[in-house]
Order: sequence, then C-alpha cells, then structure tokens
Amino acid sequence: MGQFHARLSIEYGTDVVGGVAPGKGGATIEGIPVFDSVREAVRETGANASVIFVPPPGAADAILEAADAGLALVVCITEGIPALDMLRAKCALRGSSTRLVGPNCPGLVTPDQCRIGIMPAGITRPGPVGVVSRSGTLTYEAVDQLSRLGIGQSTCIGIGGDSVIGTTFVEALALFESDPETRAVVLIGEIGGSAEETAAAFIRTQMKTPVVAFIAGQNAPPGKRMGHAGAIISGGQGRAIDKIEALEEAGVAVARSPAEIGETLARRVPGL
Amino acid sequence: MNVHEYQAKALLRQFGVAVPAGRLATTPAEAEEAARRVNSDVVVVKAQVHAGGRGKAGGIKLAKSAAEAKRCASEILGMTLRSAQTGPEGKVVRKVYVEAGSEIAKEFYLAIVLDRAEEKIAIIASTEGGVEIEEVAANAPEKIITVTVDPNLGLQPYQVRQVALGLGLTEFRELQTFLGGLYRLFIEKDSSLAEINPLVLTETGELIALDAKLNFDDNALYRQPEIAELRDPEEEDPREREAQEIDLAYVGLEGDIGCMVNGAGLAMATLDMIQYCGGRPANFLDAGGTTDKEKVEKAFELILRDPNLKAILVNIFGGIVRCDVIAEGMVAAARGLGLSVPLVVRLQGTNAELGRRILSDSGLDITPAETLREAGERAVAAARGAGA
Repeated sequence: MGQFHARLSIEYGTDVVGGVAPGKGGATIEGIPVFDSVREAVRETGANASVIFVPPPGAADAILEAADAGLALVVCITEGIPALDMLRAKCALRGSSTRLVGPNCPGLVTPDQCRIGIMPAGITRPGPVGVVSRSGTLTYEAVDQLSRLGIGQSTCIGIGGDSVIGTTFVEALALFESDPETRAVVLIGEIGGSAEETAAAFIRTQMKTPVVAFIAGQNAPPGKRMGHAGAIISGGQGRAIDKIEALEEAGVAVARSPAEIGETLARRVPGL
Repeated sequence: MNVHEYQAKALLRQFGVAVPAGRLATTPAEAEEAARRVNSDVVVVKAQVHAGGRGKAGGIKLAKSAAEAKRCASEILGMTLRSAQTGPEGKVVRKVYVEAGSEIAKEFYLAIVLDRAEEKIAIIASTEGGVEIEEVAANAPEKIITVTVDPNLGLQPYQVRQVALGLGLTEFRELQTFLGGLYRLFIEKDSSLAEINPLVLTETGELIALDAKLNFDDNALYRQPEIAELRDPEEEDPREREAQEIDLAYVGLEGDIGCMVNGAGLAMATLDMIQYCGGRPANFLDAGGTTDKEKVEKAFELILRDPNLKAILVNIFGGIVRCDVIAEGMVAAARGLGLSVPLVVRLQGTNAELGRRILSDSGLDITPAETLREAGERAVAAARGAGA
C-alpha cells in the first residue's frame, strides 16, 4: 500500500525522496531508494516529512522513530493502533518539534502542490477553503461538493478517527487562522469525545475566519463504536447534538444534511 | 470488548486487588453448592450479563442460606433482564455469580479511564459510591476527584495519597495495594475502562471491590490473547461478531433501510442522510477500503438477514477503492444471494462512470443515484414503495 500511494503522490508532484523498510535497505522501488532506518533516510535524502503505513503492532514505534530522526511532519495512516501505545507516543512527543497527523487518517493535500497520504487528489482544486476532518471518505464527499461549486481548497487535513491523535481540531484551526491563503474553514466532526466542543471554544474566542461544519452520527445509538475507535457515545458524552449546539453557539454554521456541506459554506461566505 | 463481573473479579484477584469470595453457577443446584463453598452467613446471587442496572431489574438477590441461594438462582437464571442499559429487548441471564456478603461501612466510586481530552490516564474517585457517576457529575461535581497519570511515568505514591485524602481515608496502604493493582491491570491488559462501583470500605477497614466493570481496547486484543478468550458470544449481536471477523464494522439498528458504505464517517453521514429524508436505517456498515468480492457478498448477506428490510442503499466514494470493482462485486452478490428488496446505489470517485455502466448493464433491478441527496431520497422512496 505504501508503494501504491508513493507512486500516486509522485505523480501528483510531491517530492518523495525515500522509503523506509527495516531489512529492505538498498532496494529501489518506484525509482525511490529504500533505507533500513528513518535516521539513515533523513541523512541521505534531507527529507523533512514522512508518511507511515506500518501495521498496528509496529506503528507507534514507527512514529517515535520518525520523531527521533527530527522530521518536522509525520503523517500516520494506520488504523487499529492500541490506544495505550498512542497515549505513550503522544506524551513522548510533547515538546518535540515534530508535528504528528493521525493516526487512522487519510493524510493531507495542498492542491496542486503536495499530497501526503491516500486522499484522491483528483477531486481537489486550489482555492481559499481549509478543510479539517476526523473522517476519510466523508472528507472526500465534502471536498467534492466544494469543488463542484467552484470553491477550491487551501489545504485538506484528515486528523483521523482515533481517540488519541497527533493534531487536534484546535491545532489545525490555529494554523488555518494564521494562513493568509485560507479565507474560510470546513470542519467535519463526528460522535465521540469532546474535540468539537473544545474547537467551538477556540473558534468563539480566537478565530475571525468563518467556519462551517457537519457532525456525523446525529442518531447514533449510545455505547456502540461506529467504525472509528473514537466514534462512541459513552457516559452521555460525545453526542452529535451537543457538538452541534456548542459550534452554533460559537457562530459556526452547521449543516444538518451531509449533502449540504458545500451549499452551507457558499451561503455563509458568498463570493469565494 | 466487555467481560462479565465474575471474569473482571478473577482478573482483579490476579493483580492483588481485593474482591469478595465468589463462585460462578449456571444451574440452581450449582448455586446452592457455590453458596456452601463461599462459606458466608449472607451471600449475594448476581445475574451475569454485560449491562448495568441489574439490581433494579431483579437480577441481584440476597440469600441467607444455601437453599435460599438455590431459590434465588432459579428465579434469576433464564430471566430476561431489562434495564436502561439492556434496551427494551433485554438480556437472557445464563449465569449467576454467588458471592459472600460484605459488612459495608462506606461505599465509594473508583475508576480508571483513558482521558481523551487530557491525553492521560485518569483516576476518578468519589465518596458517592453505589450510584451513577453521571448523576454525581451533574449534581455534585465537587464530590469527584480526578487525578491524571502520565503513562510514561506511572502511578506515583503522591497521587495515591491524593485519592485517599479525597475519599477521607487516612490509612494509605490499603489504597496503595488496591489502586496500585488496579492501575497495573489497566496498563498490562490494555484496558479502556476499569470501574469499581461501589468500592466498599468494610467495618474492619478493608477495601473491597463489590462490583467490577472492565472494558478492553479492541485494537489491543491481538496482543492480549487471554483477554480475547474471555469473550462471550452470547452477549454480542452475531452479525456484529461475524462482520468483525472479516474486517467489516457492523452495528444493527432499528429501521428498514440497509446500508453499505466505504468509510466510517461517510457511513454515519449516510445514516444521517437517510434520516434527514424521513427514513430509518436498519444498520451501520463500514466496508472500509475493501474491494474484494467475498467481503461485498458477506456485507450483503449480513444486511439481507434483517427481517425488517425494505430497501438497501450502497454509498461508495471511491478513492483507492475503484467503483467498477465494487460494482462487479455487487452484481455477483446480488445474483448469488438473490435480491429481495430494491437496491439504490450511489457511486462517486474513481471509475464511477464505469461502475454505473456495469450496474445498468447487469439487468438487475438497481436504482442509480449520483449525489448523496439523490441516494437518500431514492432509498427512502424505495422503502416506502416496498411497504405499499
């Protein structure tokens, strides 16, 4: 899978300079040199970002290795990493200069510039809207709606569907707020946890950029994990309705129908 | 993954966490024998189901003799226990746990849970034991103590003292043993929740777990074979179980429109779309990044088992997943299983046009849709039409 997506990213114009697969160092795949370790890859190629496709048992270790090699950005696609492993990795990354995106995410795309992960770049187009989402294919749906309305994207970030993730909504929103090319943001949330409520507080007090949102799982039954490890309503917490209320109170326009994400943005911020 | 109280207590014992003496029984005669062995003046006969609210539902009874324990067990075994947590259909009780009664001086609440917001491990304690912690959080939040532990440092003695003082305990050693053992269990077994409610302080100053609820991280079961073995298939929806075994995520719901979608967020959004159009979904099903025919067939087979089914909606947004491959899988599945209800298919993304052509050329009765809105509207209309 790593190989398949490396090729797609290269075709899209991303500067893919190396691969890492312990024990396979010295090989060349898709014209790219393969190394035994991240440190070696960074030393030989000058890479400053990486994407991780390592299966769950080794994924947290791969994240730590990438951070230890000094990479500025690490994107982890892997779904199924034990929560305790991620908790430990996240604690270990505190104070480091490495930004982690994911895990259990499709990665990110800056249209016409760079694709790290598995997003279908063909549905994106360059423009002024930042997209940040806990989902994978629902992100594609939202991006597709925007593109069909002629509204392009500055950067699309999938932050992932797990409980413990490297980059939160708030961190992504802060980056969009200080990005001169981003004039509006679409936030895609879902049931489980309190990330959207925390984002709402940030939006209300620290953002001028208009935000539009959709929250998936409006009628999900409590106590059931809806696919994503982080998508579960427990102890009365994490319901969609509470997230929608918190966001609306912060001035966010929340689409009730997933088919109207693009339209909601177009209405909220005309002339994009 | 959930486990029964008796299994949780066996695990607690392994980690030096005090629990009352107890034995499992699956017949009234076994319960009588268990009561004798437990050797206590008073025993408690407790229904073993994966749900709370057992007491109010008549699933927990006190017995003052082995003969009485037998009578209690005969009432509880085989009953359909209904509580707020079981849902209206309830759960059939197949096992009881016969436990020694305890002399209760005080009841506390103690739990260890992964704190998503703080990204640490949280120890939650309260002097208000034996009640729903959500109620305490709502009505008397000052009575809840929360201590967050860095998983890379572990539980520190000063943190145990913090909890002890919060509970009004002046003797720290008992709590160090109890909480230290519970924390080790939480970490070593990849637990996602360890809840002791009530945590009892006995008349003789011992701390004992009167009830224990343990949940485990599904993502870690691959490295916890002993925990994985504790699974009770009778407590699970067989469709969810079968789906999990082939990497599909399935949740049965109450409605009549079956769904298959690639991606959990999009799957949830598809359920939202159906509801927005006035329909009721029969299930959640995330087929993930899969493209193989067997999985598509299995997904259809699971959906078609639903007796209430009036229509099926397939929503695929292909990125890596190619719509033509999904279309071929669907045609094979529909032909192989026989389609008894209208099928609405919305394909978007990679090779969507090719996929649509494969479906229309198949000769099968499939209603296409291009947008998410069309998909929802047509699925709801199909279900209504089927009912007419």
